Amino acid sequence: MTSLERVQATLGHREPDRVPLFLMLTMHGAKELGLTIREYFAKAERVVEGQLRLRAKYGHDCLCPFFYAALEVEAWGGEVVFREDGPANSGEPIIKKPEQILELAPPGIEESTGLCKALRAIEMLKSRLGEEAPIIGVAIGPFSLPVMQMGFEPYLDLMYERADLFERLMWVNEVFSANWANAQLDAGATAICYFDPVSSTTITPRDRFTRTGLQVAQRTLQRIHGPVAVHLASGRCLPILEDLIELGPAVIGVGPLEDLATIKAACRGRAAVLGNLNGVEMCRWSPQQAETVVREALAKAASGGGFILSDGHGEIPFQVTEEVLMAIASAARRWGTYPREP
Amino acid sequence: MQEAIDLFERALLNLDRVEAGRILAEASASLTPMAMAATIVAPALERIGNAWQNGDAALSEVYMSGRICEELIDAILPPADPGRIAQPKMAITVLRDYHMLGKRIVYAVLRSSGYELLDYGRASVDELVERVLEDGVKILLISTLMYPSALEVKELRAKLDRAGAEVGILVGGAPFNMDRELWRSVGADAMGLDAAEAVSLVEQMTQAGGRLA
Repeated sequence: MTSLERVQATLGHREPDRVPLFLMLTMHGAKELGLTIREYFAKAERVVEGQLRLRAKYGHDCLCPFFYAALEVEAWGGEVVFREDGPANSGEPIIKKPEQILELAPPGIEESTGLCKALRAIEMLKSRLGEEAPIIGVAIGPFSLPVMQMGFEPYLDLMYERADLFERLMWVNEVFSANWANAQLDAGATAICYFDPVSSTTITPRDRFTRTGLQVAQRTLQRIHGPVAVHLASGRCLPILEDLIELGPAVIGVGPLEDLATIKAACRGRAAVLGNLNGVEMCRWSPQQAETVVREALAKAASGGGFILSDGHGEIPFQVTEEVLMAIASAARRWGTYPREP
Repeated sequence: MQEAIDLFERALLNLDRVEAGRILAEASASLTPMAMAATIVAPALERIGNAWQNGDAALSEVYMSGRICEELIDAILPPADPGRIAQPKMAITVLRDYHMLGKRIVYAVLRSSGYELLDYGRASVDELVERVLEDGVKILLISTLMYPSALEVKELRAKLDRAGAEVGILVGGAPFNMDRELWRSVGADAMGLDAAEAVSLVEQMTQAGGRLA
């Protein structure tokens, strides 16, 4: 069974040969190539080589040529701040006053050097691997993008107190987000991971989410011409799970603080579940702990298919060691086989 | 008093500034501003903070509640008012990170509870060491969102120790919430899961004069 066949079977809520494993290793390719994170992301070819080497090493079931979230805000004229030991951050907000939203227009994908570089990486991976393994594209949800565009506090102030400008911002972001997702699908991405942490009840109460983030997601996902995974990046999803399932995603990402068994039971037959190893704790796991945690996750969610083992945030910290990643991969292969023992 | 706390909490969650102000105005007939902060505002914010920790409230509600309380308390208890809590010098910061929300929430909740603190904004380890020594800070609150920023607390602790600064470090934010052992490994004195916990830990640190044993 190829990785893609394995993933397709589990998304169809059937049991493949074993539970698919997605190691969302965005930065570790730099270590493989002996480069700094900044150097690594400077060329699409390096990201391609990094992703191929990581998959050859750990034998996991996806390619994740995601650069960093700030890449999207760079397309809007924002600044990217690199660091040596973690993901690049977005710098000073591009929206300094709410009234600037009136002048905002969605940038063209082809006008952004960064986005074009990421598209090239997807195209190259697709030409190298064909249908062997899924290539995961990433789009930040229009409801979450303003955290980088204007900063968290001003965005919450806008959401609560400036409904007119909030709606206008959502409108421009929805156009951009759908265009960006579709460009990745056209370049060869198999599916899009729609990251939307602000929709989580960790950040937004459900009643406000149903009036805002949910409607934004409905409109945006309708425009995306391919399969989508909805991921709240460590935020809680259980209180809005039915709303998320109604959106029709193939997959729902589960954060490390939620009970995987409860989410799996609630999603069974309707959406596959992705998660939920704790990436921060992973930084200090021993190989034995990694094996134990993997076995626990499999016991909670593997039965009947519809499950992809992964971390719960959507990006594994740069500090997680090769030894631990190897232990996760080997435990997933050893204990994740179907049919499962009773 | 219980009823006043219930009503005040409801007003905050409904974002009803007018009603929240009315409750405090009514209470001011029998309570000093500091007593109102301690017996109505702080308990209501603590409940909302606990609800967030249990998944029953959202961070945006914690933020908006803190902001409303800060405005109301500032009106009756200005920053330099001698009625505010006597405390060791305290500051709050975000370590090399552009995500300011957590800091803003804790700042608002502490000030609403009667504390006064310096806001260092975003700073690097070396900038923090310099400012802490210059200002004679005894309690330093650090908010982080990114994991690498959380790890930098270790370097900060080492540099403060080398400089002979007896500073209590209280940390909080997503990496510490995700790994409940992380605060110890980076040399912090304590970790608050939310703003309400931060207030209670600051109270303990105030009594201890800074560092916790």
